[in-house]
Amino acid sequence: MTSKILETFLKCQKEQRPALLTYTVAGDSTKKQSLEIIKSIGEHADIIELGFPHNTPIADGGQIQESSHRALKNGIKLSDVFRLVKNFKQSKYAKPLILMGYFNLILQYGLLAFLKQCKKVGVDGLIIVDLPYPENKYFANQCKQHGITFVQLLSPTTSKQRIKKIIKDSHDMIYYISMLSTTGGKLKVPSKKILANYSQIKKINSRKKIVIGFGITTKTIVTLKKADGLVVGSQLCKEITRSLQIRQNPVTNLNRMVLNLKRKII
Amino acid sequence: MIKIKKNILLIDQHDKNGLWAGKFGGNWVPETLKKPIEDLTQLFQKLRYDKQFLKQRNYYFDNYIGAPTPFIKLQNLTRHLGGAEIWAKVVSENRGTAHKIYNAVVHCLIAKHAGKKYVCGDTGAGMAGKTLAMVAKKFGLKCKIFMGSKDIKRQKLNVEVMKKHGAEVIPVTTGSQTLVDAVSECMRYWVANCLSTHLVVGSTVGPNIFVKICAWSTAQISKELKIQMINIFKKIPKKVKLINCVGGGSSAMGFWNEFMDYNLKQVEFIGVEAGGPKNSKLHAAPLTNNSKIGILHGAKQYVMQNKEGQISETESISAGLDYPGVSPLHCFLKDAKRARYTSATDEDALAAYQLVTTLEDISPSLEPSHAFAEAIKLAPKLSPSAIIVVNSCGDSLKDKFIIKKRLGSYIR
Repeated sequence: MTSKILETFLKCQKEQRPALLTYTVAGDSTKKQSLEIIKSIGEHADIIELGFPHNTPIADGGQIQESSHRALKNGIKLSDVFRLVKNFKQSKYAKPLILMGYFNLILQYGLLAFLKQCKKVGVDGLIIVDLPYPENKYFANQCKQHGITFVQLLSPTTSKQRIKKIIKDSHDMIYYISMLSTTGGKLKVPSKKILANYSQIKKINSRKKIVIGFGITTKTIVTLKKADGLVVGSQLCKEITRSLQIRQNPVTNLNRMVLNLKRKII
Repeated sequence: MIKIKKNILLIDQHDKNGLWAGKFGGNWVPETLKKPIEDLTQLFQKLRYDKQFLKQRNYYFDNYIGAPTPFIKLQNLTRHLGGAEIWAKVVSENRGTAHKIYNAVVHCLIAKHAGKKYVCGDTGAGMAGKTLAMVAKKFGLKCKIFMGSKDIKRQKLNVEVMKKHGAEVIPVTTGSQTLVDAVSECMRYWVANCLSTHLVVGSTVGPNIFVKICAWSTAQISKELKIQMINIFKKIPKKVKLINCVGGGSSAMGFWNEFMDYNLKQVEFIGVEAGGPKNSKLHAAPLTNNSKIGILHGAKQYVMQNKEGQISETESISAGLDYPGVSPLHCFLKDAKRARYTSATDEDALAAYQLVTTLEDISPSLEPSHAFAEAIKLAPKLSPSAIIVVNSCGDSLKDKFIIKKRLGSYIR
């Protein structure tokens, strides 16, 4: 059976454009508002990534840390995250949804209980930042059995041999980290170089859908539009922070920003 | 029951995934760090058996840090308490005034071999930061130290020393603004700068290789102690208690390493965690409080956390012990029942500091004062033939202002 994630990529491919993936944090700035945000940006985004926050993140930059901090202060729990997903999946612009976070929360919830709950509310994929290959073998396999896409990550530091192994073990979608940085860093590598690396990976197995993330904004997105998909996260988190500061509605501001991103890659 | 193998260093008793006892430690890190960690693992594996490298290390340990540090009997304290003889291994007499300098020297030597020009490190009490800044300067490496802003305030003397040695001190304002956040921020920095910068994790925590390098370095303490004990007692006495404070656990690992294969009844290990202020529930004592296993800073360990898996805030008078997790090696020792763990409150530690400094001419910092608190409690219950050794692993000067505030005066 083709996953909804793969269907989305195939649809975008037909339209000769990359898929647009957005990342926001569940519970930022409130539980209700974060739901409103994804319901609204679902209008333009192709795949929604939703972060479940952890208070000792080892790979997040300042913008996402700030979003996570707001969400945790508002008492976000995994049960709330699942409720958000369920609600979103029944909304007008429902799209495939990927949960993203750190492994300890899943470990404490119970691996299988977590996957069962994901399945129940309609989670399509998972990105676990601190669960690399081969540590993720068992969990990735369990994801597959639950019909959930486990998204492997590749980085500029990943050796060729390792890339081959990871791709062999991957599901439909792979996440390529554009540069050595935490999230939200300035794109410090030329887009050409990133796309060259991307092509190398793509050559190994062209059927795998590869998205590029880290450092992608309304300014840089157009230079990378050859990819299967592009992820924008920190800029959206930053826009929530900015909207709150100037007392504007983050929901409408994010909708506008995502529309703007979409227009640049059509 | 988990068993410790004999004749193999504890640091080498992990499986191919880097896990001790199949469940502690490992490498739970972002993909970007896999390669730098693998490179460091291979380099260390080569260097630790390289004669030239060992010669260099020994040279710096002997002549620069100063070896051995004194092993002295605390006669007045022993007489005052009655019961077991109390001794101190005064590690704070070394050039770095704490055990952290062993780790700093080894890491800087490795950084030089790897051709790195920058080192970055975390610090709680500031001892790891101070010693790394000192050694980095000596070796011509540029140094960045990450430190929680709460710790910057309470350990400002060490911050001044770090700056004097040319290190850039970066305040960490996230979370509880203590060691846990400093380690996270330092790791995030390394994710972005891993090609140019060598990461120095300040204790026996973090991904597998950092646990190993740190414990391998601090093992110097027990190497010295074993020789000193045999010189004084002719052999290792029949009943020895080695008491050490435990935050991340690097000084305790170093203090116990050479005695690992002795029978528990002959050489007992006692780890003392930070119990925090009396009546406080924000303990930094995951082993004492039977915390659940979780992942913190890339390693599985017993860690203070809530039901959801969010890491708990902790509170302790000693910045160096104010950490919600603990070394995977100590988790291993606890489950194998080779060591036992308890905690001392802030008040216990202060009282112990006061008693020790009144009766003796050593001046332990608030971290080892936690270990002295347990020694003071235990000594009267033991026979005079028993030997208690406390690792006095840090000097009190850094705690000058805290001690003055809590006890009215500080004389050193």
